[in-house]
Amino acid sequence: MRAAGLGLLALLLAGCATTGGGKTAAPQPAAPALQGGSPDAESAVASTYRPWPGAPTVIVNVTIYDGKGGRIENGAVRFEAGKVTAVGQSVDTGGATEIDGRGKWVTPGIIDIHSHLGNYPSPGVPAHSDGNEATSPARPEVWSIHSVWPQDPGFSRALAGGVTVLHVLPGSANLFGGRGSTLKNVYGRTAQDMLMPGAPWSLKMACGENPKRVYGSRNQMPQTRMGNVAVMRQTWANARDYQARMKTAKGPQKRDLQMETLAGVLDGKILVQNHCYRADEMANIIQLSKEFGYKVSAFHHAVEAYKIADLLKAEGICGALWADWWGFKLESYDGIEENLPFLHAAGGCAITHSDDADGIQRLNQETAKALADGRKWGLQIKDEEAWTWIAINPAKALGIADKVGSLEPGKQADVVLWNGNPLSVYSRPQKVWIDGALLYDTDDPRRRPVSDFELGQPGEGDRK
Amino acid sequence: MRKLLLLSAALLVSTGAFAQDRIAITGGRVITNTGAPIEGGTVLLNDGVVVGVQAGTSVPAGYRQVDATDKWVTPGVIAGISQTGTAEVAGDDSANDQSARNAAGSAALMLDVALNPNETSIPVSRQEGVTAAIVGPSPGRTLFAGQGFVLSLADGQTVPLRPRAFQYVSYGERGAALAGGSRPSAWNELTNALEEAKRVQNGLAFPMRDQHMDLRVTRDDAEALTLVLRSAQPLLVRVDRASDIRQVLKLPTMYPGLRLVLVSANEGWMVANEIARAGVPVITLGMQNRPDNFEYLGATMSNVGQLVAAGVKVALGTPDLDVSFQPRNLPHYAGNMVAQARLPGASGLTWDQAFASITRAPAEIFGLSGYGVLRQGAQGDVVIWSGDPLELSTQAEQVFIRGVPQTLESRQTKLARRYLPGRGRSDLPEAYRR
Repeated sequence: MRAAGLGLLALLLAGCATTGGGKTAAPQPAAPALQGGSPDAESAVASTYRPWPGAPTVIVNVTIYDGKGGRIENGAVRFEAGKVTAVGQSVDTGGATEIDGRGKWVTPGIIDIHSHLGNYPSPGVPAHSDGNEATSPARPEVWSIHSVWPQDPGFSRALAGGVTVLHVLPGSANLFGGRGSTLKNVYGRTAQDMLMPGAPWSLKMACGENPKRVYGSRNQMPQTRMGNVAVMRQTWANARDYQARMKTAKGPQKRDLQMETLAGVLDGKILVQNHCYRADEMANIIQLSKEFGYKVSAFHHAVEAYKIADLLKAEGICGALWADWWGFKLESYDGIEENLPFLHAAGGCAITHSDDADGIQRLNQETAKALADGRKWGLQIKDEEAWTWIAINPAKALGIADKVGSLEPGKQADVVLWNGNPLSVYSRPQKVWIDGALLYDTDDPRRRPVSDFELGQPGEGDRK
Repeated sequence: MRKLLLLSAALLVSTGAFAQDRIAITGGRVITNTGAPIEGGTVLLNDGVVVGVQAGTSVPAGYRQVDATDKWVTPGVIAGISQTGTAEVAGDDSANDQSARNAAGSAALMLDVALNPNETSIPVSRQEGVTAAIVGPSPGRTLFAGQGFVLSLADGQTVPLRPRAFQYVSYGERGAALAGGSRPSAWNELTNALEEAKRVQNGLAFPMRDQHMDLRVTRDDAEALTLVLRSAQPLLVRVDRASDIRQVLKLPTMYPGLRLVLVSANEGWMVANEIARAGVPVITLGMQNRPDNFEYLGATMSNVGQLVAAGVKVALGTPDLDVSFQPRNLPHYAGNMVAQARLPGASGLTWDQAFASITRAPAEIFGLSGYGVLRQGAQGDVVIWSGDPLELSTQAEQVFIRGVPQTLESRQTKLARRYLPGRGRSDLPEAYRR
């Protein structure tokens, strides 16, 4: 019965996951993807990530939140060669390192859909402020990957919190902030060493107070919310023209890096991650996206998602939300603690996100808080359902649900072993594997990374 | 004369005219903070105070029984430092009284003047079990931020529990920037102001020293600082780097009577024994574990554990008006200290130590007698929790402040009720639902 239920759920989720569809950024020759002979922009940045070696591993006698809403008591997980190979009540243990998970929990690695690790790294000094190219309200030509400093000490803290995949976005000063990139949370020498192969790029967009404040204060458009929308519409209209021109153009064309990104969105290859707080503004954006023929993958922050949960559900747009941030600026004034559970209860796609180098360390705790707040109102949401907010749901909204976001055979072995129920304040990750490699271990100091920046400093990375 | 008036005002504790009720909270797991928990005990509240904490569930005549079977009963949470009541919207200058960049005074500024008892964050914190908060300013023109206060989060409270409760100073990087650009300039500004205060205290004319370089101490500032010199107010110094902590620890030796409290102290673990030897308490977030700037490259979540192990009294608080860390979540930060203790090689707190860090410890640091504990004669600030108060799934179910049951409604609960999932379209827009 359980197996049948899970199978059905997996099918449904696979159906939803088609929002991805983006093509891989894996190494391949520059192909003329755009009509008219322009080189493929995606090949401008190629992933050099290579999984680290791991041993075939089985965790037994463990409670499993599978990341897509299922739970197995006293179950087992097997992974090898970088992939999950079996999940169930019991699995083949032959030839594998066996770990007794009694009293412990296993989950898929946490996915943070909204991070600025790398482009606003620690220490947060002006020299490290690399998230906002605030020189024009439309800067779709910049790529967050080119700002990512792979020595950010924050990556190690997020790893200790069970985060295995994170999406690094440009900031929200601009209406069009640039491309976001999906990273595996594995230290490398270059940002490309961390780039998740095959993950689609995103386009960061922003509505509301930030763009109008940044440019309005320079007496420049946009200065108002209507100015925000007008600049977006004109920019999308330009992109439509560009897209049409490229489809019929013959021979090499002058490249326009801004338009290449926007055309990528219109072609469905690049996913829109849209910073937007207020319900009314999200509705504006939805209308605008229909006018120009693209889809918003997720509204980020969306502190008023609970007011339009039905609309977000109907449009198939996820809400990437904080558990309880509110009131720090006017557009966050109506934030409530129940935003995540209310969106979930309405049938929507709820995602716990951080946007924060501290919050990313405790997305499990943020999820647990919000879950409790929903139950306070009588909503019946199971623990394992809430775990989808930091697993399969962000994977869907990032277009990587075919690769990560759940514990299923064939998926990448991003696995966290928790020393207790991960929805408890007292629990922490004990071991974290990424693509099957053990990269964090509370029991082994040699399996805890120290970034170059922290090497030789007092403390050397909190717990060296 | 003026000083005298101010001092007597500082000693006043307002007692609002609330409807009083004799209440017996029975059957709960009572955390007294003075000894072992009492399983299935009873807490008696009368006339604003705790008149009894006992085993068993017998209810004296004339008491209304509140059943807390299977619940936890504890003293209310006290935020060791916060900005509650002084900033409705942090990002909107007009609604944020934390600092004054262009003010004439600094140390003389009294933050309690800004207290807005209708601020929406007060019921938002109260509904999560926070019953009192230490409220501090943020520096504006100089490294002296001014005088903070103690707030009771009781509904209908219009005056601070204790105005002018402490002086707040930023040292380290922030202080250096405000004092002209370096730590030496910050130290000079800090000690110069205290020297001027000493002269005022000794009845000497002001200014006695050459002030042509504009050391920015007004007579009012110097007068305010005399409170620090004669132990009428603790001096809270925000400081993080180990070397800066060592420097600041010289102050009590230089000025006998100065009661020093360190705020933040993210590298405190590196000088924990020195802080302990000086008998100086620490108020900190406890959760800062990244080298977010150059004054705490040694930040670690084991900081609090190591400080407490060295014998330092530590209270948890939110030193910054930062949405990432809110006073209502302090019980969770305390819970994280317990989690930290369970990691091999890390330092954290026991449950009792952790709960004390958000109740008894801040009360003791600020001399709030009868707060943060449950015993006969203690303040009637009591919370009934659905379970372990440090746990993420736990709710504060009933809150009593000075013996009075508190409303747990807030603007947020009203918004949630208005937009409950599953509601259909009714005959009027949402704006009509209250």
